[in-house]
Amino acid sequence: MKILTCPINGPRPLSEFVFGGEVRSMPVPKQADDAAWADYVFNRSGEPRIQREWWYHSASSTWFIAERDTVSDEIVRTYLWGEEGTA
Amino acid sequence: MKRRLSAQPGEWIDRTQPIEFRFEGEAFSGFVGDVIASALLANGVQTMGRSFKYHRPRGAYSLAGHDANALFTDGERTHLRGDSEPLAAGMDLRAVNTIGGLKGDLLKWLEILGRFMPVGFYYKTFHRPRWLFPFHERIIRQIAGLGQINRDQAAKASPKEYAWCDVLVVGGGAAGLEAARAAGEAGARVLLVEEQARLGGSWAWQHGGNCDELVEVLAGLPHVEVRCGTVAGGHYADGWVALFDAVRMTKVRAAAVVYANGAIEQPAVFGHNDLPGVLLGSAAQRLVKLYAVKPCDRMVVLAANSDAYGVALDMLDAGVEVAAIADLRPDATPSALAEKIAAAGVPIHSGHAIYAAMPNKKKNGLRGAVVAPLAADGTIDAQRGKEIACDGLVASVGWMPNAALPSQAGVQFAYDEALEQLVPQSYPDGVFVAGRVRGVYDLDAQREDGRVAGLRAAHYAGHGGEVPAPPPLGREALSHSYPIFSHPSKKNFVDFDEDLHLADFVNAHQEGYDSVELLKRYSTVGMGPSQGKLSNMNAMRILAKLNGDTIAATGSTTARPFYQPVPLGHLAGRRFHPMRRTPIHDWHREHGAIFAHAGDWYRPEYYARGDASRDERIVQEAQQVRAGLGIIDVSTLGKLQVSGPDAVELLERLYTGRFKKLPMGRCRYGVALDESGVVIEDGVIARLGEDRFYATTTSSGAAAFYREMLRWAAIWGLDVTLSNVTGQLAAFNLAGPESRDALVALTDLDLRSGPFSYLRVRDGEVAGVRALVMRVGFVGELGYEIHVPAWEGEHVWRTLVAAGARPFGVEAQRLLRLEKGHLIVGHDTDALTYPQEAGLAWAIGKNKRFFVGQRSLQIYAARPVRRTLVGVRWPAGFAGKLPEECNLIMRGGWIAGRITSIAPVSTLGYPLGLAFVEADMAAPGTRVEVRLDDGSTSVAEVTALPFYDPEDERQKL
Repeated sequence: MKILTCPINGPRPLSEFVFGGEVRSMPVPKQADDAAWADYVFNRSGEPRIQREWWYHSASSTWFIAERDTVSDEIVRTYLWGEEGTA
Repeated sequence: MKRRLSAQPGEWIDRTQPIEFRFEGEAFSGFVGDVIASALLANGVQTMGRSFKYHRPRGAYSLAGHDANALFTDGERTHLRGDSEPLAAGMDLRAVNTIGGLKGDLLKWLEILGRFMPVGFYYKTFHRPRWLFPFHERIIRQIAGLGQINRDQAAKASPKEYAWCDVLVVGGGAAGLEAARAAGEAGARVLLVEEQARLGGSWAWQHGGNCDELVEVLAGLPHVEVRCGTVAGGHYADGWVALFDAVRMTKVRAAAVVYANGAIEQPAVFGHNDLPGVLLGSAAQRLVKLYAVKPCDRMVVLAANSDAYGVALDMLDAGVEVAAIADLRPDATPSALAEKIAAAGVPIHSGHAIYAAMPNKKKNGLRGAVVAPLAADGTIDAQRGKEIACDGLVASVGWMPNAALPSQAGVQFAYDEALEQLVPQSYPDGVFVAGRVRGVYDLDAQREDGRVAGLRAAHYAGHGGEVPAPPPLGREALSHSYPIFSHPSKKNFVDFDEDLHLADFVNAHQEGYDSVELLKRYSTVGMGPSQGKLSNMNAMRILAKLNGDTIAATGSTTARPFYQPVPLGHLAGRRFHPMRRTPIHDWHREHGAIFAHAGDWYRPEYYARGDASRDERIVQEAQQVRAGLGIIDVSTLGKLQVSGPDAVELLERLYTGRFKKLPMGRCRYGVALDESGVVIEDGVIARLGEDRFYATTTSSGAAAFYREMLRWAAIWGLDVTLSNVTGQLAAFNLAGPESRDALVALTDLDLRSGPFSYLRVRDGEVAGVRALVMRVGFVGELGYEIHVPAWEGEHVWRTLVAAGARPFGVEAQRLLRLEKGHLIVGHDTDALTYPQEAGLAWAIGKNKRFFVGQRSLQIYAARPVRRTLVGVRWPAGFAGKLPEECNLIMRGGWIAGRITSIAPVSTLGYPLGLAFVEADMAAPGTRVEVRLDDGSTSVAEVTALPFYDPEDERQKL
């Protein structure tokens, strides 16, 4: 079982976490045309890369961001939303 | 025990403890410390099983758990591996995969039909005509394969253990012991696991030494734990390794792992190389040194390395007559070992191979071995072959690193052209490889290699400082590049598990299966119970040759968990699904509640009374609510507190409705969507203060919705505080026309309809307890939802029941809300339902700036609504068959919808339900045809919602 490092609680086994999908930024709804909006809602990138993902530590209700290499499945780093610069 | 030798130094058997056991009905004896195969061989029993496909006699082969030739059943356990299962007193063993017993196996004629069973014959033979396949399948299942499962045995729970260490050392041979010692002395917490019953590995049986001194040192290190008889079965992410022993699985988390798990001696391929009596060289040594069993009387040795000469010497010492050594190498370098053997009068034939093993009359052992010279191109010169009489034939032609687990851990192995074997090339962090698995075969070098790996692992785990570089590999090639010789009229086995022989590979290759992955799947090489331990390497060599390619270019297949077969019971989890109970659970149980699972919760489905049936009770409970006063435990509702300056902003964005102008002391029904506009939640939101809200959610959706609330609040940077107080509060719905009169005496709240009208919320006392009371109408009657602290719940509940409220269960509630036309999210809606389909358009705030899902609804709005959730009913007194939930509504042979909820009996006197239908069928009065489970049709009528009290007068009393 993988170990994930919660920025608040430190390294914990994966079973304590819930995956929240890749981080996407919402286009401005009123400006996005239907195709752009549908792309945001339904499409996910499958490209091999360092992906920013949402993870949730259930035991402490903590959402955070994990940067994960989707090729090697290595977690590069984790940080709270908005604290990317300080991680 | 006619083949038992006199005491050997360091033998594993305990001669003071004899054991009686039975095999195929015959009585035998062995010693504590024997494995099944060694005890049988000691008694001169050589044939231990029948092969998978051809039912050929097979015997022990590796004595190390690397083959699956000798599989036994004791009637309960199905596949005991003979060369690793400890002998136990009273065992009553049989061979698997025979009909009528091992000796007279009725299926041994199958071999004669072998040429009608070419490689891939399962795929080719039995598929035409198709209708015959079930017949063929039954026959194949009876003939091919392994043991029978005893379906009568009692289920046994196997314990699970969790462990932790700094350094896990896999393999207790010379390298592993030194690694454990070095890491332990550096201060690391070490766990050493050894698959065999005792420590030492090749130290004892190959090098003739013993490891007692080192074992004693380990015993003196307080943080070093040693477990024998323990297999590391799989390596998973972040040093998570599954260990298996006789009774349990242990999941160990290791900061660093040292693989010192040795090498697997590889078979030579030649004619009838599977006959009982043909052994690996290491197997013969293990038999002599560990179990004191003489493998045979007269032996021929096939050699391709110096190890074979060590085998021959050990056999001479054990009193075996070594008839000849055939050395594949044309110019075997003279060595001290070879000289000794020559001095003992053993003829050494350089540049010779074994062409075939010759069966005895009963075809269950050897008569001799045909030794033939090799031509310059490496092919065998069969014309000049000579049969040498022998009853044993051992081969030492090479090794394969035990790479399965290190590979799972991410170690990359590559073929070394000089050593003619795979060696590790690159390592992930925290994984170290030492000893023979790394290609180090010299005993002293193994020890040094282990010591260095132990230090490096300890250092990685934060202990010790010194990190020396790993010593270099030796340069003697112990493995032969192609120990494979074809006898055209005999079977030359490559994979014993699957009964694959050389011709199968040639045929598969001719049919185009020329890549290693394709070949594996088509031929099934390496897919038997021994997982290719003895076949994958030779298969690679064969394929490389057939392709005219290098082994490096041929590649290898992936070794997946588990490294050894694991009893399913070890993997089966115990039921570990904690269920939640409401604070009133015990009261419910004492009062006849029949519980149902509702998400994580136990909820009373209904309360049993007398002889009344389930359906009768549900309607009785519902009628009590309609006519008088009922109470239901709704503590399972999700309960969320939302407060802070941005609380209202968060709710505005999460729910479709408007909350900015919701006055204090009022509640509003809220619907939440996901970003694609699908309905994911509903509930009641109450405004308790300017910046303070209380929201209920569905019972099953609370955790997920709370999670999404937190995420959106973080993304939007809103100043809100969210608390999930689901478990802290008990909640009851007191419902029915008499509810006001019953409650008025128990509360300080002004319950009059004016000040406390429908959809208002008040903070007051109920039964002397601080309570939040909401006037809501899920069941369609005058009602109060009362939220109190969980620990006060039972007191309040009892007080309300004493005041005349009759408890009703979740089934009655489902009926009441159905009559009222209220949907249940996730039950009447699915993963595609958007509000306009489900009659929830009214709940969407007009001209809102933003809410989750809004933009998607705008896209939907441009299209016609395709399906609609409607009420359906049957006539009063309807006695025909009714649909189940999810039965389909059909029109002209096509699916036009489905029933989402059904109530066969209702308080209204007729069956009713909710259904999705295509939009043009949604007009009240439309007749729809529902296809029932039995294929018949039931006709229902679309009805305007709600069925009950369309003017909503009752809930607003």
